[in-house]
Amino acid sequence: MPNGMVVVDRERCKGCGLCVGVCPFGVLELSATYNSAGYPVVSASHPEKCTGCTLCAQTCPDVALEVYREKAVAGSAVGSSAETPTDHR
Amino acid sequence: MADRQLMTGNEAMAEAAIRAGCRTYFGYPITPQNEILEYMAAHLPRAGGTFLQAESEVAAINMCYGAAAAGVRTMTSSSSPGVSLKMEGISYLAGADLPCVILNVARGGPGLGNIAPAQGDYFQATKGGGHGDYRLIVLAPSTAQEAADLAGLAFDLSDQYRVPALILADGMLGQMMEPVALPPHRDPATLPPKPWALTGAKGRDPNYIASFALEPTVLRDLNVRRHARYREIEAREVRWEEVATADAEVLLVAYGTMGRIAKTVVRRGRERGIRVGLLRPITLWPFPYSPIRKLAERVRAVLTVELSAGQMWEDVRLAVEGRCATPFYGEMGGVVPTPSEILTEVMRHV
Amino acid sequence: MSSTDTMTKVFARPRSLTEKPFTYCPGCDHGLLTRILAGAIDKLGIQERTVIIAPVGCAVFAYEWFRCDGIQASHGRAAAVATGLKRANPDLIVISYQGDGDLAAIGTAETIHAANRGEAITVIFVNNQIYGMTGGQMAPTTLAGQRATSCPEGRDVRTMGHPLPVAEMIATLAAPAYVTRQSLHDPKHVAQATKAVEKALRYQVEGKGYSLVEVLSTCPTGWRMPPAVAHKHVADVVTGAFPLGDLVDRG
Ligand SMILES: Cc1ncc(C[n+]2csc(CCOP(=O)(O)OP(=O)(O)O)c2C)c(N)n1
Ligand code: SF4
Ligand code: SF4
Ligand code: SF4
Ligand SMILES: [Mg+2]
Repeated sequence: MPNGMVVVDRERCKGCGLCVGVCPFGVLELSATYNSAGYPVVSASHPEKCTGCTLCAQTCPDVALEVYREKAVAGSAVGSSAETPTDHR
Repeated sequence: MADRQLMTGNEAMAEAAIRAGCRTYFGYPITPQNEILEYMAAHLPRAGGTFLQAESEVAAINMCYGAAAAGVRTMTSSSSPGVSLKMEGISYLAGADLPCVILNVARGGPGLGNIAPAQGDYFQATKGGGHGDYRLIVLAPSTAQEAADLAGLAFDLSDQYRVPALILADGMLGQMMEPVALPPHRDPATLPPKPWALTGAKGRDPNYIASFALEPTVLRDLNVRRHARYREIEAREVRWEEVATADAEVLLVAYGTMGRIAKTVVRRGRERGIRVGLLRPITLWPFPYSPIRKLAERVRAVLTVELSAGQMWEDVRLAVEGRCATPFYGEMGGVVPTPSEILTEVMRHV
Repeated sequence: MSSTDTMTKVFARPRSLTEKPFTYCPGCDHGLLTRILAGAIDKLGIQERTVIIAPVGCAVFAYEWFRCDGIQASHGRAAAVATGLKRANPDLIVISYQGDGDLAAIGTAETIHAANRGEAITVIFVNNQIYGMTGGQMAPTTLAGQRATSCPEGRDVRTMGHPLPVAEMIATLAAPAYVTRQSLHDPKHVAQATKAVEKALRYQVEGKGYSLVEVLSTCPTGWRMPPAVAHKHVADVVTGAFPLGDLVDRG
């Protein structure tokens, strides 16, 4: 299982909780902290469990999540599960 | 060299539009302007443009909104009921600062009315019609030649000020056949560039076109800037014609078809020694307030003659501001008064 | 925690989105669909020739969310505006993004005729079964029996009409290249909807003509449901009334 990492843009998050519900590994949790717009923001309460599957980010209506995955070793198909671009140049 | 052709007012406007570089036309059939739609269907594609018969006047004006946003000269035409349907779209064009030419070959109203010549759309054309604080440049031709000339001018003014322009004609003008000296063809590529147009955000920031601003101060500022342009138009673009005004005792004020008939009244009156003159507004907005005001200082009466219950009359009275009598003579429902009827009215004020 | 040096970004904000935050309510599918659309624009490399048409509705700000030229249309007329843009400049990729009140009530005529002419445009149709922006009134797509602020007892189809099957109606026409109905209620459907949006845009790029992508979407606020419950409602109820899948594919 690859290691992943999810980064939350706290100011974009509206605390809708959709990402929490779709994460297969219970990585995310709505925290008790609020952003400047007054929304409770999501945070990775179990970051070590993240595989970088991107399901959370593909569900987020406010594009508040970015996902990283450990650099590909030969043969692994990074980005194949994400239909959105992986190129950020 | 001017190219002379015998054509109707409707055809003259259509041909002049093509020659002015109009490359998209969207319309819907309604009498008495079908010849414009049909002329565009036959001739615009040959000029490399797009003609499309829309599903309604509402669709047509919104197609113009899209084409104008793309930076292409665009026109729609209709008659009174159809122009009513366009009003929301015209307000959006005004609010988004998009150029567009709208032809209203007006007919008798209200409602379905009839197809006879009438001037009951003056308020709609010059005082709003659609919602919000906006203005249209409104041009009123009285001959086929002038219809052609003003169609070209409408495109130029509309582009220059980013204000939609409306030509207010009527069925008599639209159907009347006269020799017309046509302007040369203009290549759209040689027209002034429109850096604001939606051409794809390539090598520049995106362009956005909208009439929308939730924040009141932002919308206020947009309106204030637009109204500054309106003031410029009022200062620079007022057009009118005067006939025998130098020594006039009675000044007729009439536009369009009625202005043309009023010229006959002046000629016949003068033949009989009656000192009658005419001021014919060519721009209904901006309205020739100050030339009328100047003449009002020295005439006995300013007689407004319209094919309506007295719509332009309100502007004439605003211009005169009590300097002299301001009688009105008009007909409604598509009835056109004869020169002798008007002359009889003139005699009552000398 | 791993550092970004040893990691690759596998999900990034699409480049075709501006930095502006969306104005949608928490958990609203409009935002998700906006992101999907931006991702598709990136993928096809068409950001520099695209014009986004925003409707009147909760998506009214959409013209400012894309790093593409944008225009705001009057209520229901986006398909006519799209027609004008595309006819004036056929090199543009023209995308009309509309809600169900906008497209299927006030704009029905423009919608049908643009489709029937086969205008080479892409219509993204957000079917959330409600008028979101004006506070949750009945839409032409509101389900039978569904409550809305203007049908407090629920939509009575005997007097208020039946939910309008837009994709099916458009699919009866001869011209459209691609007509599909998609949903966003779970990651699998999000992936399918993404592919559909990409295909619709690709067809426009390839000159194949008109596409309509109807997307079953949530309005957590108007439906008075938490976002996750709203997604479950789409899965359990809405997809029953509005079946998913491609109706026309003339690619
Ligand atoms: C001509 C006109 N009529 C009515 C309105 C008011 N209005 C604004 S948004 C809207 C409904 C939008 O609903 P929908 O298209 O379903 O979009 P949603 O907000 O649900 O995404 C209405 C009726 C308007 N702006 N213009
Ligand atoms: S990337 Fe996958 S595993 Fe990681 S938080 Fe998101 S959904 Fe959970
Ligand atoms: S889905 Fe997005 S907006 Fe909603 S809680 Fe998660 S990060 Fe925040
Ligand atoms: S009202 Fe409904 S459709 Fe509109 S933003 Fe809120 S949740 Fe979305
Ligand atoms: Mg809706």
